[in-house]
Amino acid sequence: MARGALALLQGLLVLALAPGVVGLVRWLKARLQNRRGAPAWQPYFELRKLFGKEVVVSENASWLFRAAPYVVFVSTAAAALLVPVLAVPLPIDAVGDLLVVVYLLLLGTVFLALAGLDPGSAFGGMGSSREMTVAALAEPTVALAIFALALSAGSTNLGQIVARTMSDPAAALSPGHLLAFAALFVVMIAETGRMPVDNPATHLELTMIHEAMVLEYSGRYLALIEWAAALKLLVFFALLGNLFVPWGVAVVLTPAALALALASLVGKLAVLAVAVALLETRVAKLRLFRVPELLSASFVLALLAVTSSFLSR
Amino acid sequence: MSLPDALTTALAAAVPAARDVRVVRGRELHCTLPPDAVPALSRLLTGDLGAELRLMLASDRRAERGVFEAHYLFGRARADWFVHATAPLDAAAPAVRSLATRHYPASRFEREMADLFGIAAVGHPDPRPLVRHGFWPADWFPLRKDAGPREFHDDGQPFPFQQVGGEGVYEIPVGPVHAGVIEPGHFRFSVLGETIIDMKVRLYFTHKGTEKLFEGRRPADGVRLAERVSGDTTVGHALAFCQAVEAAAGVAAPARARWLRVVLLELERLYNHVGDVGMILNDTGFAVAHSHCFRIRERLLRLNKRVTGNRLLRGGLVPGGVTMEAPAGVDVAGEVDAAVRDFDEIVGLSLGNTLVADRLDGTGRLTLRTARDHGVLGPVARASGIDADVRRDHPFAAYAELAPRVVVHESGDARARTLVRVEEARESARLIRRALETLPAGPLAVEIDRLPAGGPAFSLVEGWRGAIVHWVLADETGALARVKVLDPSFLNWPALSYALLTNIVPDFPLCNKSFNQSYSGNDL
Repeated sequence: MARGALALLQGLLVLALAPGVVGLVRWLKARLQNRRGAPAWQPYFELRKLFGKEVVVSENASWLFRAAPYVVFVSTAAAALLVPVLAVPLPIDAVGDLLVVVYLLLLGTVFLALAGLDPGSAFGGMGSSREMTVAALAEPTVALAIFALALSAGSTNLGQIVARTMSDPAAALSPGHLLAFAALFVVMIAETGRMPVDNPATHLELTMIHEAMVLEYSGRYLALIEWAAALKLLVFFALLGNLFVPWGVAVVLTPAALALALASLVGKLAVLAVAVALLETRVAKLRLFRVPELLSASFVLALLAVTSSFLSR
Repeated sequence: MSLPDALTTALAAAVPAARDVRVVRGRELHCTLPPDAVPALSRLLTGDLGAELRLMLASDRRAERGVFEAHYLFGRARADWFVHATAPLDAAAPAVRSLATRHYPASRFEREMADLFGIAAVGHPDPRPLVRHGFWPADWFPLRKDAGPREFHDDGQPFPFQQVGGEGVYEIPVGPVHAGVIEPGHFRFSVLGETIIDMKVRLYFTHKGTEKLFEGRRPADGVRLAERVSGDTTVGHALAFCQAVEAAAGVAAPARARWLRVVLLELERLYNHVGDVGMILNDTGFAVAHSHCFRIRERLLRLNKRVTGNRLLRGGLVPGGVTMEAPAGVDVAGEVDAAVRDFDEIVGLSLGNTLVADRLDGTGRLTLRTARDHGVLGPVARASGIDADVRRDHPFAAYAELAPRVVVHESGDARARTLVRVEEARESARLIRRALETLPAGPLAVEIDRLPAGGPAFSLVEGWRGAIVHWVLADETGALARVKVLDPSFLNWPALSYALLTNIVPDFPLCNKSFNQSYSGNDL
């Protein structure tokens, strides 16, 4: 019962924290670019504003366009529930493992791409086609990178992977782990539409990937999509933070352990936000045709990670 | 070559129909000839003599002379002479012999004349409307003297864009309203996958009748309008206008004014080049360089404010000289040098970034051949290997004494266009320092009360986008009867389409920003 309540609490926490993480990255980037920047909680105001706004939908849009934001949001939120955030093991672990997480995220991507095509605007189709190119190259890497961990843990269950790494700290520094971390980090950048793959801050329609798909959205639909995008970033941060560096995650449900888990989660999120902000400031956007090269490289890293884990098993 | 003798002889031999041949202001050969003789003149000048068509315009002189007139200005890049030819055209059915098949720029000037004056270009291969936007009545030509206000209605006709067919080819329409704070223009891409196979620009959304607004003004009142032809080229256009008025009035600005004009023009070049480099780097996604370039640009704008009282340098020029003294208590040269050192550091940091370099290298390549064919001007031309700069080729203000360095790069890509701007910014800083150090004493302006009626006058200025030409003609009362403004954007815009070929769609903003042409200056 306590664990069930905790799973629910964990889900709510993730929903609440996600916009703040995006805001933190934006604020850090602004500081690094010599700008004052909006405060980290700005995305909350934006969500409230969008939920209060009227929805404008193209005459040419079908039911799919209206349904997609809910599918995207719910699938991403479901994936967020499955990811170890505060404590392991959770009862929900029985429902889904890493494969479920990966394909729940892909479900959202597919619906977003369909919704980009649906109203028939030139930018939407352009964004969808680019997003599918990126997704097709990124998705296998996500699965493969986590497989490298699953292989050493002997299970695809995310809770068990965390438990196994905690019981054997040396494994966190094994080549398999390190390579998998690098691969997942690169893929996280592509999947969440960040530099150098996509530029979340641009106003130039012709260069967009993620933003081009959602150009037609407004009001609560846009709010859901933005929130889902923030959730996706948090899911990847949680995967990177808790699967590879699991210390801090509560294994017993005592208030002290949970408080420590919360503090360590916030700390990990902050460290990753700084890493992303630094990276985004340091790099320029890749030429679109160079993106596959980057993603192939991360796939190779993931493959090496699996090989290494397999050999050292 | 020395202007008068050889040229007059050659002209008499090749174009016997030319009348009223006279040398004006020492370096201009003016003549009048029937419209049928214009192709022969053009062949002579652009053939062996190596000149180019710099400007073509029409004027409505039915009231005084009972004719329309077409005017042609030819000049050679590396020699300081011009040929100005005037062809009287029939008042009832005005028509010129088209030069379009010989010069691409002529084809655009002729389309402009057709839309604004109703002058037909006989033999024009592509007489589509250029300025007309489908709202103007078919018999209404706004620059004719008798064109009054009329009711506008949409004619409902689609704009005739080039259609590209084939499997998998699709169109992307962009604009005229854009997401950024930029001027309106419509871009129609024909794309295969991500590769651009054709792009056509539709402009003239900001046609304001600028040239018409000059008419009837006193020369001194024209400056305020000239400053607003294109907001970022205040000094360039105002200076070209003032110099044209001075040429018409037959007066020269005092020495001190000429040196101060150099300072103003270079300050304008500097802040725009710094801003442009920032925008180019922003479009590679390197936002940190963008914010620093805009910090430096802001620093320069504040310096502008301390120098002229206006951030965009408005109000500094007047026909006959300048309005302002060299600012006391402001170390302009020192401020500029510090800003440029700051800028150099950002540029070094940015171009040293391999990802930025990868985005700029080879992107939007404009070949020397295409650039020449289009008569491209300014930094865009110099990045494609065209060694032309009005400051050196037809010196004005105090440039004859300054010997500005002309920056030329060969590769024609976005990187070359960035480097040309960077190096020109450095050169501007040097010129500002030199000019302020040399600054001779004396009066700031001479009075120009009224213009003598009659002969047209023109002036060329190397603005930060390239050569600006202003052409003025006075009426009997000494007011302006016709002013023609040529911003380099008019010639540079069409070349963008060619620079884009085989580039990919997401690189378009970068190519476009590395051209950065004016909409307002083009649409007038």
